[in-house]
Amino acid sequence: MSLSRKDLTGLIDVSKDEILTILETAEKFKEINQREIKKVPTLKGKTIVNLFFEPSTRTRTSFEIAGKRLSADTINFTASASSTTKGETLIDTVKNIESMGVDMFVVRHYYSGSVKFIAENTRAHVINAGDGTNEHPTQSLLDLFTIKEKKGRLEGLNVAIIGDITHSRVARSNAWAMKKLGINLKLYGPNTMIPKDYEPFGCTVCSSIDEAVEDCDVIMMLRIQLERQGIALLPSLKEYSKLFGLNKDRLKKAKKDAIIMHPGPINRGVELPSLLADCEQSVILDQVENGVAVRMAVIYLLTIQNANQKLEA
Amino acid sequence: MSILLKNCNIVNFDKTINGDIFIEGDKISQVGKLDIKMAEVIDCSGKIVVPGLIDMHVHFRDPGLEYKEDIETGSKAAVAGGVTTCLPMANTKPVNDNSYITTYMIDKAKKVGLIDIYPVGAITKGLDGNELAEIGEMRSAGAIAFSDDGKPVMNSEVMRRAAEYIKGLDGIILSHSEDKDLAGKGVINDGKISTITGLKGIPAEAEEIIIARDILISKLTGAHFHFCHVSTKGSVDLIRYGKSLGLNITAEAAPHHFSLTEDELLSYDTNFKMNPPLRTREDVEAIKNAIKDGTIDCIATDHAPHHRDEKFVEFDLAAFGIIGLQTLVPLTLELVRQNIFDINHFVKVTSYNPSRILKLNDRGEIAPGKLADLAIIDMDKEYIFDENLNRSKSSNTPFLNKKLKGINCITIKSGKIVYQL
Repeated sequence: MSLSRKDLTGLIDVSKDEILTILETAEKFKEINQREIKKVPTLKGKTIVNLFFEPSTRTRTSFEIAGKRLSADTINFTASASSTTKGETLIDTVKNIESMGVDMFVVRHYYSGSVKFIAENTRAHVINAGDGTNEHPTQSLLDLFTIKEKKGRLEGLNVAIIGDITHSRVARSNAWAMKKLGINLKLYGPNTMIPKDYEPFGCTVCSSIDEAVEDCDVIMMLRIQLERQGIALLPSLKEYSKLFGLNKDRLKKAKKDAIIMHPGPINRGVELPSLLADCEQSVILDQVENGVAVRMAVIYLLTIQNANQKLEA
Repeated sequence: MSILLKNCNIVNFDKTINGDIFIEGDKISQVGKLDIKMAEVIDCSGKIVVPGLIDMHVHFRDPGLEYKEDIETGSKAAVAGGVTTCLPMANTKPVNDNSYITTYMIDKAKKVGLIDIYPVGAITKGLDGNELAEIGEMRSAGAIAFSDDGKPVMNSEVMRRAAEYIKGLDGIILSHSEDKDLAGKGVINDGKISTITGLKGIPAEAEEIIIARDILISKLTGAHFHFCHVSTKGSVDLIRYGKSLGLNITAEAAPHHFSLTEDELLSYDTNFKMNPPLRTREDVEAIKNAIKDGTIDCIATDHAPHHRDEKFVEFDLAAFGIIGLQTLVPLTLELVRQNIFDINHFVKVTSYNPSRILKLNDRGEIAPGKLADLAIIDMDKEYIFDENLNRSKSSNTPFLNKKLKGINCITIKSGKIVYQL
């Protein structure tokens, strides 16, 4: 099994088969993660640089652990400690690090499209760890992995994503992937956080949270920020929680065995009350756990494909 | 010095005739079947001869930003594109908000000696939108039109006073119509593609709101407002309405806005990043129809050179704009090939109408007594527009290394051959 691509910049151009390949591979890596010795020698001698231009703890740590468990050398590069503050261009930074013999970049950046821009200008593999408001493909893949694990299937499930859809790279990646996998996706949020033209998502945009939650197998709440680029999109978090947050009564509209997801970090009491974040239906920590296996799978499948090419050459 | 152009398809805004053109000094002296011996002869068979194109909207970046373009390279790109008169915008460094800069620009263009330029004066000092620049002095120095292009004048009171003042000096306001707050940090059209790419959108309404406002300020003051780079269907509808009221308004469209749609942005290619942004198919069709029916009076390139380093960056950080002087002819001829309008209308929107808008009655037509500003065009030649052809200092255009059809072969400015392919 391999992926015939150099990079994973987004799920918009990834096929259903490729997604399923990644998820199947991740199952095997999950088993490794549950062993006493959680390490395989697969990528010994490979160098992976985590190139993070935006703060992140969870995603960066998850990628770092994933790389290390595959025996790759992982190096963290954060923008604050970098030469980008000295006025070096993005591609110059990438090329300089690439010259040190890097096999893969895992990149997070605050501008949409910038990870694709990097991928087009480096020989190394590139994995998008979140670019602006565009995509966060491995987050979506770990969401899908978790859903499949809990529900036993993906096709035909009803999923609601609730929150700031416009500015969410998690929502975008999930929308592209879920459409391909035959998942019925519903979106909901304040109108200031729903794109004016939402039809490319190919899903339902609801007019109330009750409508969004109704008959759902999966409810995914997004982290809320009061403002974006200095523009207030909401009057207050208190009002958000009342109008758009999930609560016990609203959860009753969903299927009895519905799961609650969140890409984290949670604003407790805003999009999710603690009562629900920590309840039995919440799979938030499973998502984090599965993140490592899914990222191992993506790193593995991209680099293995390269190894095959080298052999053929 | 005299030149005889033989066997020409002479295309004017109102008719096409076969014949010869005799140029004496800087003017056209005779048009028709001519038998003249004592002259340099150029055989124009198989080509069309049109009045030199007039581009009401270019950025020559001179003074101050000569690493992108200067008046010499800008002039060279112009004549290569068949353009013999340009209006360079005021967002130079320092800003063209006083007669010294205006005079510098005109003098330099004269020294280069390829085209006429009429620098656009700033409306407000430093393009800051607050205090009126010395519009009268710039008018005396040779500016015809005034604009804070690149930045809108957001304060309606300031725009009103500017309009009144400019009207009194027989000048024109070139309105860069953009509601800065509504456009915000947007980088592409607000719509389907901004949803898909996660790039922040600029709604069509950001343009339309200011067009509506400036139509009303024209109504209030009687001043001539010319709307720059009109890009949306809504803008076209508003301008059509304004014209139906008999107001003193005109408009231009840029070739990229009738040639390309927002779909190009799926690539995140910064050579498709411009302001106003590329819009939808529906907008493109509306612009084409507006050029056809006269709602949009002319075509202007918004030639906006930028250094590679300003484009080879993250999309959000990339400069807005593309070069356009040398793609004006092939892209506009494409509308003739699409039967949107005929070749006479091509001349109308690229030369005749701009000459009337600017009251430059010595050009815009091929007729005895007019300036010998001419472009000799091969309508059918197919070629790759590459760096060998490009005369601009910059290469920021999505049409670079693309196949184009129709090319300017010879340019004559005031009786002198200033470009030969």
